[in-house]
Amino acid sequence: MKLIVAVIKPFKLDDVRTALETFGVHGMTVSEASGYGRQRGHTEVYRGAEYTVDLVPKVRLEVLVDDPDANDVLDVMVKAAQTGKIGDGKAWVIPVETAVRVRTGERDVDAL
Amino acid sequence: MPTTIDTGDTAWILASSALVLFMTPGLAFFYGGMVRVKSVLNMIMMSAAAMAIVSILWVLYGYSLSFTTDVGHGLLGSRNAAGLIDEMQPSSVISVAVPQVDFSGSTPKGAVDASGAALSVTHYYPTLAFAAFQLMFAIITCALISGAIADRAKFSTWCVFVAIWATVVYFPVAHWVFFFDGGNGGWIADRLKAIDFAGGTAVHINSGAAGLALAIVLGRRKGWRRDPMRPHNVPFVFLGMAMLWFGWFGFNAGSALAAGTPASVVFVNTQTATAAAMVGWLIVERLRDGHFTTLGAASGAVAGLVGITPSCSSVNPMGAIAVGAITGAVCSLAIGLKFKLGLDDSLDVVGVHMFGGLTGTLLIGFLATDKAPAAVNGLFYGGGWDQERRQVIGAFAVMGYSFFATLIIGYILHLVMGFRISEEEELQGIDVSHHAESAYELTNIGAPQARHTIGTHSPVPAYAGGPPPPPPPPGPPANSATGSRVDL
Repeated sequence: MKLIVAVIKPFKLDDVRTALETFGVHGMTVSEASGYGRQRGHTEVYRGAEYTVDLVPKVRLEVLVDDPDANDVLDVMVKAAQTGKIGDGKAWVIPVETAVRVRTGERDVDAL
Repeated sequence: MPTTIDTGDTAWILASSALVLFMTPGLAFFYGGMVRVKSVLNMIMMSAAAMAIVSILWVLYGYSLSFTTDVGHGLLGSRNAAGLIDEMQPSSVISVAVPQVDFSGSTPKGAVDASGAALSVTHYYPTLAFAAFQLMFAIITCALISGAIADRAKFSTWCVFVAIWATVVYFPVAHWVFFFDGGNGGWIADRLKAIDFAGGTAVHINSGAAGLALAIVLGRRKGWRRDPMRPHNVPFVFLGMAMLWFGWFGFNAGSALAAGTPASVVFVNTQTATAAAMVGWLIVERLRDGHFTTLGAASGAVAGLVGITPSCSSVNPMGAIAVGAITGAVCSLAIGLKFKLGLDDSLDVVGVHMFGGLTGTLLIGFLATDKAPAAVNGLFYGGGWDQERRQVIGAFAVMGYSFFATLIIGYILHLVMGFRISEEEELQGIDVSHHAESAYELTNIGAPQARHTIGTHSPVPAYAGGPPPPPPPPGPPANSATGSRVDL
């Protein structure tokens, strides 16, 4: 099993969710995150005092998938999240040892 | 000749008093939005303290020191009205002369008697209506100072400061600037005859200079210039500004102390100058920083309200546009000074109130016109420099007195009680470390983790960093079959 993690632009979340749903992914975890990459932050001005805000709001998405699906899901996700502009985010895949469905105790692929 | 109080004037003064009181919670929002999440409640509490403490002092002796017969040289009132006991009698009234209008000709004109002197009637309103109105000014003047010492002032010391400052600084200055007694009143208003209609000197220069002094006494916040100290809630700032603007009609137009022509002129001037100042501030901001900001619009409006406060009775609406635009521009430039001087006047009390009050007060000497209710000509209307000289003396006398008196009070309190919270408390946030509260519960993850400790009968100590406090000793669970009932 694999865990796909993506940090994307918040307004792309709906597109990604819809695309994954269409592809057949039935669950995900979403959290608010902030960070920066090459995009860096932006500046804000309050009463003439300028502040550089380094951390940009992002959405962090986590999806558990079976090994053979990992690459396809990753592709779907990246395609849906893409705007082509700097700051689109990152996605990566991590191997997962075990997964359990809390309600039933089912394990691994059955738990997905 | 027996007469009765004027009900219209009384109604307007009482309504204005309520309007002016409303400005202080407005200020709490205005300031509260500008600080970070961790100190918004302390900011609000400093205004609340001013409302509570000054109201009581006012009844005890504040009104008396400010607005009763002068004890000498126009410096201070007497103790005659302490407690406001006699002042609540129906016979205790204050008079105001209202000019009469002659409608007999084809166009109405000012009524004159046979010798050509203007005719007026005398209106009476209850002393306590005036006392209520002036109380609200004392409250907001104290509250205004708090913006200079955001995030770091020990609350107990602030409370003591408010009581001492009101007594030593505000009550005398209010007497100087607001007390008229046929030439025997306060020295600035009644002897020097400087014009300060609603408090450009007594309220704004006064609080601004005091803020400057306290910013020096307390020093800079930890991380000032290094950490981003962004406003945590700009809509709050705008809401506060809206409450201030609304209440300011009572502040200015109410200061006419009669529901008539002067109040109406002042009302229009107040609105006009505030609008012009918002424009002035935003233009400076656009040119300097490249953007029109919401905080700039709110700050500009307040700057305009400050600028028109002393001058609203002495300029015409065209002059009000000038007062507003100039004040807005001056203040938006003045707020940069604190960075050059290395002074952490956190929320720009000096930049907006001291400079705004000064600008409005000094512009009277140029823009005053005798067609306006104050009936004085400034330089641009052929009055020469005479009025400007009076304005300068009045403004700088109040500024100097307030600054040095506050500096002394501040340093003494700092020595005796400590005026500043510890570094650890400041970094953690004064809301939690001093008030044992936090302003917002925005996540539903943290909420269920808070446990009721009702029934332990020991005050919950504020969490001051370090390891979390140990859990309470095991006992019967509240509300269980065996436990005692807890009334929430």
